[in-house]
Amino acid sequence: MSVLTEKVMMRDWARAGQNTLSVYKQHGGYAQAKKALELSPPQIIDEVKKSQLRGRGGAGFPTGLKWSFVPSIDKNPKPRYLAINADESEPGTAKDRFILENDPHLLLEGIAIACYALNAHTCYIYSRGEFKYPSSVLDKAIADAYADGIFGKKLLGKDFELNVYQVRGAGAYICGEETALLESLEGKKGWPRLKPPFPAVVGLFGCPTVVNNVETIAALPRIFEKGAQWFSDLGLGKSGGTRLVTLSGTVNQPGTYEVAMNTTMKELIFEKEYGNGLPEGRSVKAVIPGGSSAPVLTADELDVKLEFDAFKPLQSMAGSGGIIVMDDTTCMVRCLWRVARFYAEESCGQCTPCREGQPWMTRLLRKIEEGRGTEEDLETLTNVAQAIAPWPPIGLGNTICALGDAGALPVQSFVQKFKKDFLDHISLKRCPYGDKPWGALGEFR
Amino acid sequence: MNRERDLGTKPTGSAEQVKLTVDGREVTVPKGTSVLAAASLAGLQIPKLCATDSLEAFGSCRLCLVEIDGRRGTPASCTTPAEAGMVVHTQTPRLLALRRGVMELYVSDHPLDCLTCSANGDCELQDVAGAVGLREVRYGNDGEQHRTAPKDESNPYFTFDSSKCIVCSRCVRACEEVQGTFALTIEGRGLSSKVATGTDDFLSSECVSCGACVQACPTATLNEKSVITLGTPTEAVETTCAYCGVGCGFRAETQGERVVRMVPSKRGQANEGHSCVKGRFAWGYATHQDRVKKPMIRARITDPWREVSWDEAFAHAAAEFRRIQASHGVDAIGGITSSRCTNEEVFLVQKLVRAGFHNNNVDTCARVCHSPTGYGLKQTFGTSAGTQDFRSVAQADVVLLIGANPTEAHPVFASRLKRRLREGAKLIVADPRRIELVRTPHVEASHHLALKPGTNVALINALAHVVVTEGLVKERYVQERCEPKDFESWARFIAEAKNSPEAMEAHTGVPAADVRAAARLYATAKNAAIYYGLGVTEHSQGSTMVMGMANLAMATGNVGRDGVGVNPLRGQNNVQGSCDMGSFPHELSGYRHVSDDATRELFEGLWNAPLSKEPGLRIPNMLDEAVGGRFKGLYVQGEDIAQSDPNTQHVVAGLEAMECVIVHDLFLNETAKYAHVFFPGSSFLEKDGTFTNAERRISRVRKVMAPLAGLADWEVTQGFARALGLPWSYQHPSEVMEEIAVLTPTFTGVSYERLDQLGSVQWPCNDKAPTGTPIMHVDRFVRGKGRFMLTEFIPTLEKSGPRFPLLLTTGRILSQYNVGAQTARTDNVTWHAEDVLEVHPFDAENRGLKTGDLVLLQSRAGETTLRAVVTEKVQPGVVYTTFHHAKTAANVVTTDYSDWATNCPEYKVTAVQVSRASEAAAFQQEDRRRDVALRQVAPGAVHASK
Ligand SMILES: Cc1cc2nc3c(=O)[nH]c(=O)nc-3n(C[C@H](O)[C@H](O)[C@H](O)COP(=O)(O)O)c2cc1C
Ligand code: SF4
Ligand code: SF4
Ligand code: SF4
Ligand code: SF4
Ligand code: FES
Repeated sequence: MSVLTEKVMMRDWARAGQNTLSVYKQHGGYAQAKKALELSPPQIIDEVKKSQLRGRGGAGFPTGLKWSFVPSIDKNPKPRYLAINADESEPGTAKDRFILENDPHLLLEGIAIACYALNAHTCYIYSRGEFKYPSSVLDKAIADAYADGIFGKKLLGKDFELNVYQVRGAGAYICGEETALLESLEGKKGWPRLKPPFPAVVGLFGCPTVVNNVETIAALPRIFEKGAQWFSDLGLGKSGGTRLVTLSGTVNQPGTYEVAMNTTMKELIFEKEYGNGLPEGRSVKAVIPGGSSAPVLTADELDVKLEFDAFKPLQSMAGSGGIIVMDDTTCMVRCLWRVARFYAEESCGQCTPCREGQPWMTRLLRKIEEGRGTEEDLETLTNVAQAIAPWPPIGLGNTICALGDAGALPVQSFVQKFKKDFLDHISLKRCPYGDKPWGALGEFR
Repeated sequence: MNRERDLGTKPTGSAEQVKLTVDGREVTVPKGTSVLAAASLAGLQIPKLCATDSLEAFGSCRLCLVEIDGRRGTPASCTTPAEAGMVVHTQTPRLLALRRGVMELYVSDHPLDCLTCSANGDCELQDVAGAVGLREVRYGNDGEQHRTAPKDESNPYFTFDSSKCIVCSRCVRACEEVQGTFALTIEGRGLSSKVATGTDDFLSSECVSCGACVQACPTATLNEKSVITLGTPTEAVETTCAYCGVGCGFRAETQGERVVRMVPSKRGQANEGHSCVKGRFAWGYATHQDRVKKPMIRARITDPWREVSWDEAFAHAAAEFRRIQASHGVDAIGGITSSRCTNEEVFLVQKLVRAGFHNNNVDTCARVCHSPTGYGLKQTFGTSAGTQDFRSVAQADVVLLIGANPTEAHPVFASRLKRRLREGAKLIVADPRRIELVRTPHVEASHHLALKPGTNVALINALAHVVVTEGLVKERYVQERCEPKDFESWARFIAEAKNSPEAMEAHTGVPAADVRAAARLYATAKNAAIYYGLGVTEHSQGSTMVMGMANLAMATGNVGRDGVGVNPLRGQNNVQGSCDMGSFPHELSGYRHVSDDATRELFEGLWNAPLSKEPGLRIPNMLDEAVGGRFKGLYVQGEDIAQSDPNTQHVVAGLEAMECVIVHDLFLNETAKYAHVFFPGSSFLEKDGTFTNAERRISRVRKVMAPLAGLADWEVTQGFARALGLPWSYQHPSEVMEEIAVLTPTFTGVSYERLDQLGSVQWPCNDKAPTGTPIMHVDRFVRGKGRFMLTEFIPTLEKSGPRFPLLLTTGRILSQYNVGAQTARTDNVTWHAEDVLEVHPFDAENRGLKTGDLVLLQSRAGETTLRAVVTEKVQPGVVYTTFHHAKTAANVVTTDYSDWATNCPEYKVTAVQVSRASEAAAFQQEDRRRDVALRQVAPGAVHASK
């Protein structure tokens, strides 16, 4: 069994006053950044590569590699930017907000290291519009860091100017997509950009920009505390470190947990340190493993390790670590309808398949759920989803950004893996779960 | 009807070629070309809706997906660059299914009233539905089918029917990328995304009605009202806009002889598919009821007009002119050519004067705008024309814009300029007024040098002073390319302390530090270009200023390649051409002096007539002579001197003193009130010919419909000439061009065949440059070595003082054109129903004026009334108005001061007083009375007066 014995990312969350600069510094805060700043930027990037740190925002992209895509200053003399993605809006995901609330200086220390490594003198933290409290904590932390001389003209006393700004989103999920985020930062409508070029080459205001998730950057001080090798060894395969996951749905102990890369899904759901199993008499029917956009898993697929690459054979993904458990009395049609509604509502509206397709899928799902659907409707539903992003395999999206996939993958995986639920609705001409479609969880909306 | 070909994505400039295979066909394309365009070049149409080749690829409709060997998935061909060796498949079962899927989604949300839709047969959504074989829509009619969405009909020329919108964003992108106005956006997200202006409707928005969005729209959502009324066009003729000096190429799309719409042509090299509200929409004047369709004569101007046959009109006019010459001498008659008419027509009028009237009393209205350009650039560079093509501005790093307001007066050039500025080029604006380009979406001038009217030369000298005294002269360029002696004396002169920004500040009012910074910016740019307009030329020192700019450009090495130069933004469509064609009293075509024996002999030989070697009278002199009783007959081709020339009362006095004034025009204009013979003219839609734009580009004008009065303008001049006994027998304007080519060295290579072949050419076009000359003075100046000229600043005599404390300057506005003869007869009046006077709040406050007040504008020459608009666009002490409407006659108050070298009138500076008025000025009242009296047509006449 693999339960994490020592917390790494959440290590200090319980400490009173941890979100203040004084307490943070009392316990060695900003020492790791000072240490890192002794190194040269390429050395820092090498360390990050060695640590096997991978992006925690959804795609699991190797962070050091992403940084190395930024062109050298003689090839592109424009300023560089770091943008922190704190938009955390993927349904089922709540981890970045707790970093902001409980340990904001951990992120800021990570920013100091990253900006120095990237030769970026400006960092924007793009935080979710609804994050009223977490943003206020972060604002205070930034102000304190300036007042303490950490940021500003001389980063931690070094001859390197760094300015850090928090920018609040306005409540659009799409602005978490990295290029929509950049558009939004530029004051424009949050419309994802065509890629390539990728932000590392042409990003904010046309300048090279690295976009990283909060958790990703917050891991940096740990890497420089105990070494890249230690961090890499902590993980599994090509995924260094530990992960924060958010467990929700029909489990006895939902919450945000730190897990080892080799912890399995089953352990997460059933171990008493984590989910502590399902309520009496219930069994697992399905698990969404990485935020609602990740293709769903069945009860037979729970031996998967929570490491990034482990989900590939299952044609799903570790995503943003939002894990949603559904028990045997959950109506999969109702669930999918709810998921589809989210993506229909959040589509930015640029690409036709996503703009028109997501609402169509929603309407068809409603029709089926309400007992008015036919088998042709089910086929049409799958067709629309396939036109947006055929699945399996994962990663063949036909749209400008992955929100298209995010809406299309759940549809195809739900229908393929839980076809019986759909056919039952059609033949019974009603929902077989009656007025209790949400299983043991009950109606939550 | 065939649409103009659409490759889907923009051409790339790359010289490198790549070879790829599309559906088994090999095709070689420039590197960077999209797979979509490569397929199109291979003759294969990949379905597409969001892409069009005037816009950057957007990749949103997801119809153009293809499969590429060795690549995962189905990439969008519009956003995938073609690569060497690529093997592309555009038609596979998988792609067909995807495309049908997308079309099904589109159509599920569409009204499907195709048969009654105004775009039926001209709709890309229909085309793609057909191409992918869409046969069923499985989503029932659960769709939104926004059928009830209200239609926006506020714009006079096009409608916005959002029920048909497929949210492809082409309109939004066209407004941004092509026009640069940023009036549109997509509001909302997901399925509720919709096109919006940010205000109630199009008319109340930032929209300038250029029509780029209408052209880009693949559906009937944005559609011309003319198409809605008349139906889709069936034929198309390529022609050239007859409004401004940009000279946009158009496709006149017609049903038989009826124009349905004008669509800017991508083949038009001045505009590359873009246009402004005038050219695209304001062509309705051509068939306006005010058009005169019969020749008319009368004995006295107080008599009513009598309609006669063409023969009678010609005979009468000829008899009158011969009578006048018999009793008052050969020099008592003359002619005025029009910058609105074709080169061929202008050429014929000056030929008529020189060979038929036997004098050189011919002049052109270019006198009132750009004669200083011709003079100044000829002295310094050796050619009376701008140095670049418009496209060149895309290579400029710093643009110095002087006395020009391109967003209003040269909108299509302004769009090019704005595009370059958005790419990061820097702009310096030198203008008394805060013109739009000083700050507009995504454009902000680095410097606005808000000089006092009349102090251009002071400013240009100050700029040059900085260049010379701060060591910013490009020594090598000057050494190699310019006359060293002239440079030395100029440098010595310009370095004098009196020319320093600090000393000149007293005259210009521009802080010296700003001038210094702007000079450095201009001088240190890799490519710096000067563009200028009437704000430079219409001054007492207009020619000096043109030379001052030429000096500055030479000193900084900014002449003779892409992205630099000294470029006039010419007002009327054919000012360049009318000057080239020998419209000036002292010059034969190609700017050769009449006193040059060899040149004269060449003409005399071909024309078989002796020519006078004495320069003739300029317009102001003709009028002076008329008032003095020595000048009695005038043939005025397409020009309303009674409205557009300065000091209107003097012009009227001159006209009234003549015995036979022949007006040849579309309408009974102001001048016609004083005419004895009226020849009805033909619009650009009614004839063949050529126009030459501000970049020396000669473009074809092609006949779309028969002349309403039976004869095209060139035929009218020929008829008159024949009545005077000249043996002319041109069958077609192309024969006139042949004659021009024989007689004019810079035109020897020009012919209608060449123009058909190349689309257009920029003169010089001859053996040395058979396809024309986009950029002049490349290795050497036309005159050999560039010549620096001394440009002493001499303040104008027109000064504000206690009686006339304000300075009036004049200009134009986007929707109207010159004296408004055309635009005022179209729906363009929606935007500019009357001329208004802009007054700074400070001056308004002093006089107790507010926006909307009727004010009296008085100068030492006269007075007029108009409404005031209080705005900070003008600086304190300066007032501004346009001169588009006859009613205002702003030129009543402008004086007869003029450029020392060319007599170009000083429109841009007049000392005035402004006060609250209760009734129209005396001149206007008198004019209104005469308006009725002098325009009467005898009973039974068919046309209505305005
Ligand atoms: C529709 C959509 C929404 C996303 N939302 C978020 C988000 O809220 N937070 C986040 O960190 N990444 C989000 N991402 C992923 C980002 O695009 C990007 O990959 C990530 O911020 C990169 O950081 P990382 O490499 O540190 O993971 C989203 C992606 C998509 C397609
Ligand atoms: S896939 Fe959807 S969210 Fe992404 S760009 Fe296209 S329409 Fe917008
Ligand atoms: S007409 Fe021109 S300015 Fe107006 S919205 Fe369309 S593109 Fe923009
Ligand atoms: S109005 Fe026309 S161009 Fe604009 S989004 Fe709609 S369909 Fe496209
Ligand atoms: S008026 Fe000028 S800018 Fe407008 S369409 Fe005509 S030539 Fe082009
Ligand atoms: S044409 Fe390529 S995506 Fe629309």
